[in-house]
Amino acid sequence: MALLEHTPRGLYCAAGDFYVDPWRPVSRAVITHAHADHARPGHAAYLASAPAIGVLKTRLGAHAHIDTVAYGETRQLNGVAVSLYPAGHVLGSAQVRIEYRGEVWVVSGDYKLDYDPTCDAFESIRCDTFVSESTFGLPIYRWQTHDALFGAINHWWSANAAAGRASVLFGYAFGKAQRILKSVDPTIGPIFCHGAVEVLNRSYRDAGVVLPETQMVSEVDRKFDYSRALIVAPPSAQGTPWMKRFGDYSDAFASGWMAIRGARRQRNVDQGFVLSDHADWPSLLKAIHASEAERVLITHGQVPVMVRYLREQGIEADALETEFEGEGGAENDGSTAAAVIPDQDSASAV
Amino acid sequence: MKAFAYLYIALDSSTRTNDKVAALVDYFSAAQAEDACWAVYFLIGNRPRQAVPSRKLHEYAAEAAGLPLWLFEESYDAVGDLAETIALILPPPVEVSCLPLHDWIAGRLLPLRQLDDTQKKQAVFSYWNELNPGERFVFNKLITGGFRVGVSQLLVVRALAQISGVDAKVISHRLAGDWQPTAENYATLVSKATASFDISKPYPFFLAHPLEGGPEALGDIGDWHAEWKWDGIRAQLVKREGEVFLWSRGDELVSPQFPELLTAAVSLADCVLDGEILPHKDGAVMPFAALQKRLGRKNPGKKILADTPVIFLAYDVLESAGTDLRDLPLVERRAILHQLIYSIPNNTVLQLSDIVRAPSWATLTIAREESRQRGTEGLMLKRRDSIYGVGRVKAKSGWWKWKVAPMTVDAVLVYAQRGHGKRASLYSDYTFAIWKTIGEKKELVPFAKAYSGLSNEEIATVDAFIRKNTLEKFGPVRTVKAELVFELGFEGIQRSNRHKSGVAVRFPRMLRMRTDKKIEDADSLDSILHLLDRF
Repeated sequence: MALLEHTPRGLYCAAGDFYVDPWRPVSRAVITHAHADHARPGHAAYLASAPAIGVLKTRLGAHAHIDTVAYGETRQLNGVAVSLYPAGHVLGSAQVRIEYRGEVWVVSGDYKLDYDPTCDAFESIRCDTFVSESTFGLPIYRWQTHDALFGAINHWWSANAAAGRASVLFGYAFGKAQRILKSVDPTIGPIFCHGAVEVLNRSYRDAGVVLPETQMVSEVDRKFDYSRALIVAPPSAQGTPWMKRFGDYSDAFASGWMAIRGARRQRNVDQGFVLSDHADWPSLLKAIHASEAERVLITHGQVPVMVRYLREQGIEADALETEFEGEGGAENDGSTAAAVIPDQDSASAV
Repeated sequence: MKAFAYLYIALDSSTRTNDKVAALVDYFSAAQAEDACWAVYFLIGNRPRQAVPSRKLHEYAAEAAGLPLWLFEESYDAVGDLAETIALILPPPVEVSCLPLHDWIAGRLLPLRQLDDTQKKQAVFSYWNELNPGERFVFNKLITGGFRVGVSQLLVVRALAQISGVDAKVISHRLAGDWQPTAENYATLVSKATASFDISKPYPFFLAHPLEGGPEALGDIGDWHAEWKWDGIRAQLVKREGEVFLWSRGDELVSPQFPELLTAAVSLADCVLDGEILPHKDGAVMPFAALQKRLGRKNPGKKILADTPVIFLAYDVLESAGTDLRDLPLVERRAILHQLIYSIPNNTVLQLSDIVRAPSWATLTIAREESRQRGTEGLMLKRRDSIYGVGRVKAKSGWWKWKVAPMTVDAVLVYAQRGHGKRASLYSDYTFAIWKTIGEKKELVPFAKAYSGLSNEEIATVDAFIRKNTLEKFGPVRTVKAELVFELGFEGIQRSNRHKSGVAVRFPRMLRMRTDKKIEDADSLDSILHLLDRF
């Protein structure tokens, strides 16, 4: 029997009697990170990484029963050794290492290898079976360097400021927004955040991540001049009356999907910045190779493509069915992901 | 190439007119004439013929990227645009080229067609290696023959007017017709001097906006002039120094296709007329389908000339005896036009468009109901004092097209293809079928293709449906499970031997999704055949 199995409630480890990121209520859930499709409410007990505790509580409420471990610390669950290692996805994101009778599995959750100043960098863990996501599992997805990307974002913001119009940047409220805040040049102008973003900024700051000064629109006068400002908002804010206060503005969307021209145009924003918290094609292959796993299980995203490609490369690969969603805004399934997650944010924040 | 690629990307990614004009001004201010001429040529809608077959490009790109062909195809399926897929999938360039645009085009791209397969492949690989991803995208667009830019000719003209100080109307006129990309032509285009004039040149066409709602909002009917809106080929007949040239709205010289019009214009005075080429026999206009037999057929034979003769129905006069009349009020131009047409002896081929006279909008609305019986699409409303402008100008242009409601049919989605441009990654081009009784059985036969009329949200819904319900793939075409019913609108219907359904419709488009209907509720061929007899 496999160490982890797909069940109607989620990925289940029978030997240790726990689930990893389960999608139905269970008695014990090991959580890779606090995004809504991985950390669902209603479980009796949670185990997560220590840095994740703050954001997890904003998501699950203060009363959720959450136990934490430091990265690299081992916890025995019914004789199964469970430890968490940084996944580089968002603050507190973890890969779950599971060891039982000499066999090691790693569930990487969502991950990226790119530089991100708001969370610990991905650590490669050797294992027998590696479970990898595949959101951007096609060779068309290659991310730019951190400097090139934020150089472009700063350039857009300063050009707008010079032309006297506000800069509105749409991105995930949790993770992406803070990565943007930490990486832009705050000397260009004031920074405003939507309530959905600000609530998570607090958790990040509480966890010791230093972010530039941010304000909410409610803190300034109704007639405030936003022409030099950067406004960071969740995608759900696009086209809402909340936007009217900014007067003349240029808008942009930060997402891995913005690599594709059709997706950029469908978003109907002035600019698309290719910024993702998921691994691009070269990173997926790099992480898979670095795990030295004999067997690779591919989940949420480009599953058949990656399985076939890995097999052709001589790697034993199979599909693993899950209910995770990857990055919102995909052409096929993104409508649900993009709409649901930020809306939950705004509901909790307004 | 670099500067042109930046320009392309700026035009492609912006939706703001001012940004587009600014990008054009930046480009043309810095560009040399030998590059600028090519930029103008491409921006106004010309594109080179396909230099490398698409099939080959798939193989080249997969090989250059070191990927199996199937993975390239999967990537293409996700992106929906060949040029873009290649640009995204190739490894970064080895050395970046600074070769100017005209060297890329004249020295590399145009000769590509003549190379044999081995040389072609070698050339394409080495060119890719010299270009960054943005430039590769533009280069690929040029070699696939699929080059299009998100900019109207009006904006290009506006930018050129801005950098040169030459009036936009003059630039538009200089660009009209078959403009060739040479440094000399570019210099002439932006020159302040009134250079030697090409006598074949047409004027830019003036276009009308569709009238939404009733005409009452236009004010007093006495200020307006109504004509039937015909469905033929909008054209300009240019007669200068005794020579006749016939231009279609696509700036294509169509003189050789319509010799009877050239003959008829022999006795016409020097002038430029705007009008419609219509198939016309035994005193009546024939349906548009008849005209299709004449399209693209140079020097037509006796039989086709006898079967499908054409007339030129004149709407307007833009120039007379060398004088530009476009700024005169319509009524004055119309009087001159009347004079020009009726001065031709024994003429039945160059005709004057009728004025539809009505004392009130209510009467005119009743007259408009006759549109279909007359074989027209509705009415044109023009202010009596309107000038002849350039292109399709918004706001108070003074020209409106007031079309009658389309004929409609409920049809079933059966095939889908990806769209273009903004919709390149979406299945947005559809084929619809209706029921046909064959013996005892009823089956769905393809009836019309349509790709416009849905909102972005609706397209996304249909796209998701198609991806989940694909029965088979034939190249780019997917056969889709028959389930979705749409209401299609169209302007005309004709018998056709080339269509499996036996009928062909004009301007089909989607009016709405009929989620309330099952496929059994879709229309049958029998139920629409009666339209044939009426129209």
